[in-house]
Parts: sequence; C-alpha cells; structure tokens
Amino acid sequence: MRLFYENFPFFCVFLGLLCGIVTTLIRDGKKARYLTLLMLAVCAVLSGVVFAETARAGRCFSYAMGAFPAPWGNELRSGPIEALLSMVFCLVMIFSLLGGKADLEEDILPEKQNLYYIMMDLLAASLFALCFTNDMFTGYVFIEINTIAACSIVMAKDSGQTILATIRYLIMSLVGSGVFLFGVSMLYTITGHLLMPNLLPAVTKLFSNPAYDYPLAMLAGMICVGLAVKSALFPFHTWLPTAHGSATTASSAVLSGVVLKGYIILLIKVMCRVFTPAEIGSLGVGSVLLVLGAGAMVYGSVWAVREPHAKRMIAYSSVAQVGYIYLGLGLCTTMGIAAAIFQIIAHAFTKPLLFVSTGGLIDASGHQKKLYFLRGAGRRCPMAGVGFTIGGLSMVGLPLLAGFVTKLVLGRAALAEGIPQWQMIVALSAIAISSLLNAWYYLPAIVQIWKGGEADTDGVVYSHEFVPSLSFKAAVVCMGLAVILLGCFAHPLIELLTKSVSLL
Amino acid sequence: MDINAMLQMLHANRFETASVLLFVVGLAGMVFNRNLFKKVVSMGFMDSAIFLFLTSSGFVEGRLAPIVTNPAVPASAEVYSNPLPAGLVLTGIVVSVSFTAFGLALTQRLYKRYGSLNIDEIMMRAQKSED
Repeated sequence: MRLFYENFPFFCVFLGLLCGIVTTLIRDGKKARYLTLLMLAVCAVLSGVVFAETARAGRCFSYAMGAFPAPWGNELRSGPIEALLSMVFCLVMIFSLLGGKADLEEDILPEKQNLYYIMMDLLAASLFALCFTNDMFTGYVFIEINTIAACSIVMAKDSGQTILATIRYLIMSLVGSGVFLFGVSMLYTITGHLLMPNLLPAVTKLFSNPAYDYPLAMLAGMICVGLAVKSALFPFHTWLPTAHGSATTASSAVLSGVVLKGYIILLIKVMCRVFTPAEIGSLGVGSVLLVLGAGAMVYGSVWAVREPHAKRMIAYSSVAQVGYIYLGLGLCTTMGIAAAIFQIIAHAFTKPLLFVSTGGLIDASGHQKKLYFLRGAGRRCPMAGVGFTIGGLSMVGLPLLAGFVTKLVLGRAALAEGIPQWQMIVALSAIAISSLLNAWYYLPAIVQIWKGGEADTDGVVYSHEFVPSLSFKAAVVCMGLAVILLGCFAHPLIELLTKSVSLL
Repeated sequence: MDINAMLQMLHANRFETASVLLFVVGLAGMVFNRNLFKKVVSMGFMDSAIFLFLTSSGFVEGRLAPIVTNPAVPASAEVYSNPLPAGLVLTGIVVSVSFTAFGLALTQRLYKRYGSLNIDEIMMRAQKSED
C-alpha cells in the first residue's frame, strides 16, 4: 500500500510543468505571477510534508511512474534530503520573485511578463525533477530544460549585455551537458542500466574487475566534470559573473541561489547512488573536485575583490561559494557531503538575500551599479542595507550566521579521521584564505553603504527616490531570518543531514 | 600492443572510435572557435557524436529490428536488437534541435545589434557601449 504523501514528489514536478503550460494562455503578467507564486507555495508545502514524514520515520521511498516496474519504468525517489532541498528551492524562488518585483516590472516589457513566469515555472519543475529523479536519462532531460529556462531568464532583460551573457552561458552549459551525456551513454553501454538502484550493484561489480579501471575513471570523471561545468566550478566559471551580474534582480537571485544547486544535487545523487562516495574517492575524481573547489574559493574571492560593479562582485562571490560545496563533496565522506548539503541550503538563502538587497540599494542610488555610487544607500533604504549587511557578514563567516556554520562543519569534516593529510591542509587553508578575502571585499562594501553623504557624481543628479514595496520588505525579512536561524540552530539540522546521507 | 592488433581493435570498435573523434572535434569547436555560428554548428557535431555512440550500442549484428510482426508467436529478446538507445537518441535529438534553434536565434540578435559573429569582437563592442 502506497502512503499518500509518496505521491507528492510527482505532484510537484507535474504542477510545475502544468503551470508552465497554463501560463502560456494567460496574457496578463500579474495573473501569471500570482499563479507561479501559488504553485511554488503549494509545492513548498507538499515538499515540506514529505520532508517531515520521511525525516520522522527515517526512511526514503521510490515511486514507480506508470505501470512498468523498476528495470523498465521510470522512478522518482525521495528521502528527507531531497524533500528538504526541494522545499528550500521553492521558498527561495518565492522570496526572489517577491524581492525582485520592482526590477522585474521595470526590466521586462509588460506584454512579455507572462513569458518570464513560464520560464520560472519550467525552472521550478526541472529543479523538482532533478531533486527527485531516480533515473540518469531523466536527469539529463531535466538538466536541459533547466538550462533553457535559465538562459531565458538571463535574457529576459533585453540588452546587448544580457544576450551576450546568455549565449556564453548557453555554450558553456551545452559543453557541460554534452560531456555529461557522453558519460551517461558510456555507463549505459557498459552496464545496460539507467536507473540508479540498478546501476549501483552493476558498478560495484565493475570495480572488482581491473579491466574496467580506466573506463570507470573516465566515465565518472565525465559525469562529474559535465555537472561541474554547468554549476560553474572553477575553471569553468567564466560565464557566471556576466550572466548573474547583468540579469534582472530576480533572475540573478534565482540563478545563483537555486539553479546552480540543481546540478550539484544530481551530482550528489550520482556520487551516493550510482557510485559510493568511497568509490568516487578511490577513482581520484574526489581529489580533483576538492582541488578545483579550493581553487574556486580563492580565485572567485580574488576576482570579487577586484570587481567595482556591485552585482558582479556578488556573482564572483558565488563562484567562491560553489567552491565550498565542491570542497565538501571532494572529501568523499558522509560528513563532507552533509557539509556540502548544508552549504547548498545556506547559500540558497544568503546569495538571493544579497542580490535582492543590492537591487534595492541600486534603486536607491539612481540605478548606478558601481559600488562607489552606493555610498550611503543603506541610510536611504535601511531595509536593503540591513539585508546586505546580514548577507555579507554571513559570507565573511560571522558566528551565529549561516556562513559561519558552513565553514565550521567543513573544517570539522576536513579534520575527521581518514582524510589524507594533503586534503586536510588544502581544505583548511582554502577556508582560511577565502574567509579572509571575503572579509576584504564584503566589509568595505558594508561600510560604503552605511557611510554618510553622497557619492561624487560629477554634478549629475540622480533620483534617489526608492520606496521599498511590501513584497520587497517581506522577502528581505524572511531570507534574513532564514540566514540567522540557520546560523543559530544549525546543530539539529546538521545531525539530521549527516544521518540522512545514508538514505540518499 | 602491436600496430596490427591496435588497428583490429579500432576496426572492431569503429563506431565508438568515430563518435569519440567527432565528439572531440565538436567540443574543441565549441570551446576554441571564436565564430558564434560555428560554435552552434560544433554543438550539433558533438550531439551527433553522442547519438552515433548510443545508436551503435543498441545495434547487434545479425539481429532484427524489434518489431513483432506475428503476435501469435511469443517474442524472444534474443532475436532483436535493443530499441531503448533509439528512444534515448530520439529524445536527445529533440533537445539538440531546440538548443540549435535557441543558439541561432541568439546569434542572429547579436549580429543585428553588433554587426559581427566573432565573440571577441562582440564582447569588445558590448564593453564599449556599456562604458
């Protein structure tokens, strides 16, 4: 007998796709917006129920799609982690859409507003599918849907910059998905399976045969690198700063908070369900991810220090934050993976908070995007200023904020027994250097927005009129609270994540 | 391994060899080519290479197409080649076609705006118009 809540993951994916289709019929941007928000709220509740039930029972379940049983039919699967992440994604998308509302209405033509929400619906559906799928090829298809939707929301603000950013994003993404698909095809031709539960024993058998050493390393590498390219791991991050920095506020928030993470979740599932973390480690893929992650943490921060453009600075900081996730995954231990998942959640709230508040600060400074012109913006729009300060301090790693917990659990995972010494040194020094660099660019930025007086604009007078709307305030308050709560009450969550990694 | 055995192995795996070569050509084209149009075409190369790899894996020499002509005779899996890769390729082709269309549409818009297909030049002009 199937419990009723086991249908919910499917409902989420289906609702997302359905809303995307229905929205094509709605010409009115406002109605499309309400429908999307409603869908996201419903899906958040559904995923929340699944999370509560599975976490309480400490179980996971698979859900057969259609009348065909496992080796032929398609499957969804959910445990506490998948449901939690899907819920977090819904919430973050809701807050981003609320917070970026003013910019959305300004940047997108009124008659094209509904198209934007179609893309948001499809994005949500593909993220749910990436969270819940149990099949590699379904994963591939939804990766591509995700890519198209993500590219479209970058170019929603129609300017030369964004189109250029979109095509660079598109090409890099396609390189990634091509490499991923080739890896999956090789896996399929060797094992004859695409469903993860069937792949696991087949892959374990291959590991006992030395003839398959190279093919396995090759295909695991291709799958991981393909997904890494799509989630902007250093050195494949070149498209990210322009894409996230030039898009409209809501798009930037959703892209860096949520879209990057979708691919990483699939990667975590591949690591845990197709291979085991230990196997990925023994193939050397884990070490590669670890080193690239550490590289991203340092490199992204260095570029953020040098960036005068406020949104692009935050985008470079995303490169560094994705590095933290990969650093945790690269350790290939339960603790490392739990730390990575915590970082996914923490960053999913922190970065959209930063983007949304920066959007408010920019609006309060006459739409000037350089950090220099944001002087005093926090005084003109205190709500956005406080949001930016909380987000920035969390990134620096101030205790009681989410970013600090990430660094703590990552450090603890790196110091655990059984981690090779060089990995420990690389991980710890990367965390230290990156925190220092984060402080180097976030603290001056925070000081700049609270400074008195106005920026010298060579006599040009910009309108500083900006009245934050209710939805903007709600979004900043909710995400700020989430960052603080995650920082203060992280312990039970981390315990739960560590326990649930085995259920992945 | 002597050269003869190597050639024999390459011949035995000719589809795989060809698809890997094509894949690398497409990948290099996408990453290193500066012309946007050629980048999009290279993407087609890369995808076709994967489709070749997949379809050839489903084909088994001497077996029939998986179509049951006489429902009275129970079908046996040993007689037919594997139809699943063809299904996967079909899905892949749909994805690839839509991405080609999307990529070409973007290229066209950039060309109209900046009058060039070279991505470096477009980036330079975009930078200028921003400053």
